[in-house]
Amino acid sequence: MSRIKARFESLKAEGRGALIPYLQAYDPDLETSLALLKGMPAAGADLIEIGVPFSDPSADGPTIQAAALRGLKAGATLAGVLAMVRAFRQNDSDTPIILMGYVNPIDSYGPARFCVDAAEAGVDGLIIVDLPKEESDLLSADAQKNGLDIIQLVAPNTPDERLPYLLNTASGFIYYVSITGITGTRTASHDELAAALPRLRAASSLPVAIGFGIRTAEQAARAASVGDAAVVASALIATLASTLENGKASSATVPAVLDQLADIARAVRGT
Amino acid sequence: MSSEVSPRLNSLRNGPDQRGRFGTFGGQFVAETLMPLVQDLANAYQAAKADPGFRQELDYYFRDYVGRPSPLWHAKRLSKELGGAKIYLKREELNHTGSHKLNNVMGQILLARRMGKTRIVAETGAGQHGVATATVCALFGLKCTIYMGAVDVERQKPNVFRMHLLGAEVHPVTAGSGTLKDAMNEAMRDWVANVHDTYFLVGTVAGPHPYPEMVRDFQSIIGIETREQILTVENRLPDVLVAAIGGGSNAMGLFHPFLDDESVKMIGVEAAGHGLDSGLTAASISRGRSGVLHGNRTYLLQDEFGQIAEAHSISAGLDYPGIGPEHSWLNDIGRVEYVGVTDKEALDAFQLLTRTEGIIPALECAHGLAQVMKIAPSMTPDQIIVLNLSGRGDKDIFTVADHLGVSL
Repeated sequence: MSRIKARFESLKAEGRGALIPYLQAYDPDLETSLALLKGMPAAGADLIEIGVPFSDPSADGPTIQAAALRGLKAGATLAGVLAMVRAFRQNDSDTPIILMGYVNPIDSYGPARFCVDAAEAGVDGLIIVDLPKEESDLLSADAQKNGLDIIQLVAPNTPDERLPYLLNTASGFIYYVSITGITGTRTASHDELAAALPRLRAASSLPVAIGFGIRTAEQAARAASVGDAAVVASALIATLASTLENGKASSATVPAVLDQLADIARAVRGT
Repeated sequence: MSSEVSPRLNSLRNGPDQRGRFGTFGGQFVAETLMPLVQDLANAYQAAKADPGFRQELDYYFRDYVGRPSPLWHAKRLSKELGGAKIYLKREELNHTGSHKLNNVMGQILLARRMGKTRIVAETGAGQHGVATATVCALFGLKCTIYMGAVDVERQKPNVFRMHLLGAEVHPVTAGSGTLKDAMNEAMRDWVANVHDTYFLVGTVAGPHPYPEMVRDFQSIIGIETREQILTVENRLPDVLVAAIGGGSNAMGLFHPFLDDESVKMIGVEAAGHGLDSGLTAASISRGRSGVLHGNRTYLLQDEFGQIAEAHSISAGLDYPGIGPEHSWLNDIGRVEYVGVTDKEALDAFQLLTRTEGIIPALECAHGLAQVMKIAPSMTPDQIIVLNLSGRGDKDIFTVADHLGVSL
């Protein structure tokens, strides 16, 4: 059984939703982002999304754009991100890792070789923002062959009649982009979320993660109970950015982000 | 589209395919939030294309507002100066707003109105597309938001002022390198956040399908007229077509109606900047490789890890690290030749045309002219070159003065 499937099944048995924090690889440097990655499970991460820095993140808001630029400046490459995952896997063989990014670095690496190397490094799933289902044959066969889930995104404006096409072959979980917009901007209202979920439940039995615009512990707890998981990204990165001194990590960086994550995790777990 | 040139079964003019691809290039690489929009747009465009009423409406605005047809001018003094081929200029700079950009903008604004959209967003580099977009928004009373790189805002102040006068909001984009690609990213972010009422009016033959096809179709009026005009005055087709390329819309517009005419050679001129191997270039085909950006697969300037490189050109309109996907395909099948022209060569050409024909060209098409200067002397007087004079150069006089050491 895949790590993603196993994790959602065990959480279901516990009767709670998952918390999925996001970090941008190499932000603001390799050492700091690796320390964050390694510290996240103990701070309450159930799954982890790692952003792969790209020069032109056209679906991201200012917070993640800045993080991507810091990551690139620190020398991030796709191979370097895979090495981070390999290092993480030395001490953690259970927490699912999902890479989130854009097509071109993968295209440049070579999609087939990438799927082999990513699976070997311990990656479980891929979210490729600018690779809609219509274009997913770029790597869907290689991903499947190597046991990587391509996480399907669904948006509020996705028509009902499109859902079967998107979800019939989906695996892992569904990523519900809860607003029409870029990352780290608006937050979906309770009513908007409540209206969206039945549509997804009717179309698929996969777990639903809710992302975009989830900033607070309360919002995360609500999303993780309405859906099956909450993704928190820009809020953590904003905290990271606030601890930087002249663009460099400070002694406060890792603790500040992990403390915030722990606060959110407590809310999600109701403890 | 009304045209005397009808596509053949084995035509090079039939693209794109059902997936919006030209060979391996093109496609629809956009976020899921944008998929319903590009699919709606493709459907709306196909419906408009099949509706004679839409074409009639466009023809009306082309004639009475844009000022079409544009003349095909026999540049006698320029031809004599260079010695060799007979040179014609397709005078797109005489269109309202001073460039070919209005052809596409007029087509898309009529489509946006048919679709019931009330707000327009667009990206712009040199500002020509932004001005054209702001113009039609003024004409039809639509809200208009233009994204323009902060660097370009600085070097194209007259166009920024024109957009303001026309009632548009101009947002300087400081992200990334502050040029056209970053303005494109920001326009896409705006579109995804305002899907309910906003139409994204792309200015070139790039972006997700159906933009490359649609923009090409609207710009093809350039080649359709050129074909008729040259047959009228010369009773034969030209030997060579030349056009400058940033994203490549003026070139596609000129080339497309001639693609099946095997005797007609075509040259697309990319901005080589400081030189093709200088590292400061915008020549995506000559120095790029296949990749995915802004919704399509095409040739891109990028590093070995797939990060997009910053383009360089003296001309803000050519300063883009990609190129329309149909050009990438035409390059790979060998139908069109793509060459590079440097900043310096373009500046020389700019001055030559001004002195010999009394026409101040945009720096964009000065690149095309520089290529004409290279090939015309070795051709014979009975051979014909058509250069697409895609824009006028008033906007560039500050840049040119600066490079000539003159302070205005």
